[in-house]
Amino acid sequence: MSIQNWTFLIVGITFLLYIIIAVRSRAKNTSDFYVAHGQVSPLANGLATAADWMSAASFIGMAGLISFLGKDGAVYLMGWTGGYVLLALLLAPYLRKFGKFTVPDFIGDRYYSQTARLIAVVCAIFISFTYVSGQMRGVGIVFSRFLNVSIEMGVLIGMGIVFFYAVLGGMKGITYTQVAQYCILIFAFLVPAIFISIMLTGNVIPQLGFGSKVADGTYLLDKLDKLSVELGFNQYTSGNKSMVDVFFITAALMVGTAGLPHVIVRFFTVPNVRDARKSAGYALLFIAILYTTAPAVAAFARINMIETISNQEYESAPSWFKNWEQTGLIKFDDKNKDGKMQYLNSDANEVTVDRDIIVLANPEIAQLPNWVVGLVAAGGLAAALSTAAGLLLVISTAVAHDLFKKTLRPDLSEKQELRAARIAAACAVLVAGYFGINPPDYVAQVVAFAFGLAAASFFPAILLGIFSKRVNKEGAISGMVVGLLFTSIYIVYFKFWYPESNTPDNWFFGISPEGIGTLGMLINFVVTLVVTRFTPEPEQRIKDLVESIRTP
Amino acid sequence: MSEKSSAYWRSNLKYLAILLSIWALVSFGAGIVFSDQLDKIRLSGFKLGFWFAQQGSIFVFVILIFVYVILMNRLDNKYELNED
Repeated sequence: MSIQNWTFLIVGITFLLYIIIAVRSRAKNTSDFYVAHGQVSPLANGLATAADWMSAASFIGMAGLISFLGKDGAVYLMGWTGGYVLLALLLAPYLRKFGKFTVPDFIGDRYYSQTARLIAVVCAIFISFTYVSGQMRGVGIVFSRFLNVSIEMGVLIGMGIVFFYAVLGGMKGITYTQVAQYCILIFAFLVPAIFISIMLTGNVIPQLGFGSKVADGTYLLDKLDKLSVELGFNQYTSGNKSMVDVFFITAALMVGTAGLPHVIVRFFTVPNVRDARKSAGYALLFIAILYTTAPAVAAFARINMIETISNQEYESAPSWFKNWEQTGLIKFDDKNKDGKMQYLNSDANEVTVDRDIIVLANPEIAQLPNWVVGLVAAGGLAAALSTAAGLLLVISTAVAHDLFKKTLRPDLSEKQELRAARIAAACAVLVAGYFGINPPDYVAQVVAFAFGLAAASFFPAILLGIFSKRVNKEGAISGMVVGLLFTSIYIVYFKFWYPESNTPDNWFFGISPEGIGTLGMLINFVVTLVVTRFTPEPEQRIKDLVESIRTP
Repeated sequence: MSEKSSAYWRSNLKYLAILLSIWALVSFGAGIVFSDQLDKIRLSGFKLGFWFAQQGSIFVFVILIFVYVILMNRLDNKYELNED
């Protein structure tokens, strides 16, 4: 069977599966819709959290990014996993004990203030929209490359599926489809990785193959270092970025991960505090399976790519090369007219490869069977759709619960609130789809925003809300506002206003806009604590609330 | 604040301090600040600093969470703070 038929078959089966699950887990009330009635088992929640968290960026983008960054790719590997330690130890158990529906719920109640709640709502909606447009775009790209439909059509199909299970099932529907999506995406990621590991190093486990010897008897990473240096690149195993910047980016991604509302809200869905802790452990375990495979895939792909294209005749280039060339994501320009492809880190370079195609092209580069290619396409879709659904739910909850029920119309009945939540989810799908089809140029740029803002706003406010009884609303609100303003202005300045000055010389202490959220977070902490010192203590009932969430 | 819950909270804070120190040591320490020095040591095909940055730290993160789960379950039982 051809690649296209396999893809149709596998993607079709997975979509059917999502729809069946959605029909079987309809939401009956707002508690079902927001938090799956708090009755999800820790194992299921761990699987769902892993799928929720691992987006198109983790599945499609990350290994390619690492492949081009070498050692510096560690900022993503450590940054996007280390946050779970913070989440499991510092936030999840206490938020579960608090036992409401959303992050703005906690901020609003703990800081006894509608203003604080509103700031939290605005941040949650902004972060989630930023993120969700990227997912829809990912869906469109997978469709257009493997199923030969236009990107627009791809986005529409993806929207239809998400619409169906998010609007119908709410958190309940999303949770169980995410469990299925995790299984599909991890299988799709591991199969090609294992195949390639065996082919290159003879080792079945990619994590070990990564450190093994290749056919000519040298270690894989040593060979890769040597090849990289020959082509004028830095050694693969040594970094390019300054240590300060690596430090700040890693910290911003870790803290940002712990502060992302769609991740936090997953821990409201388990029955009790014990289960919240346990499911955070499961979630990171399931995430780690992909995240420890990704650097191996990155190194394998790098070595395969260099060997297949460097100094080879263009005429005899493999078919995947020509296929991707048609999409414009691989470009070849025979500058010296010798008919061979020179891949170099200098002006004489003739081949440009878009890093986003590495994972998708990997099975073809390694000449794996056609069904593996179809499987990878289904895995990419599972990753994008599961994350998109989780984000859309946060948006609809923020609008229906935090904005309508808690702020504008407290007299809303249970039934009306559920209807409002469904309508909000439906609108959010439409807006996300619009941005998927007409992506603002800056989609890639604003991802730094999502993490930076989560780090600079939510994380300190929630952490201090649990670990300090003294911190009051004046402190928390001014901390969030200053942290947010500082981080946004820094990112907007370098990314939008003066992109030409976005170089290490102009950065504050050498910190790039990607890492500035860490500094924003520190500023938030300082401002909160200082303002709190000079303003009145919170009432006794707030102290009792803090006391009560500290024990299970 | 009751005697019992403040003792429980102090133990919790002690666990957090220890586990988060290890967390910072493997990621920011071994993976970033001391990574270049550790690269001089080899672990079969890996330079040690590189390994910590791209794989080792992630394994440690997973272990840390499960250790915390076990410690806290014990603590809950000791202070009889079990829900349902």
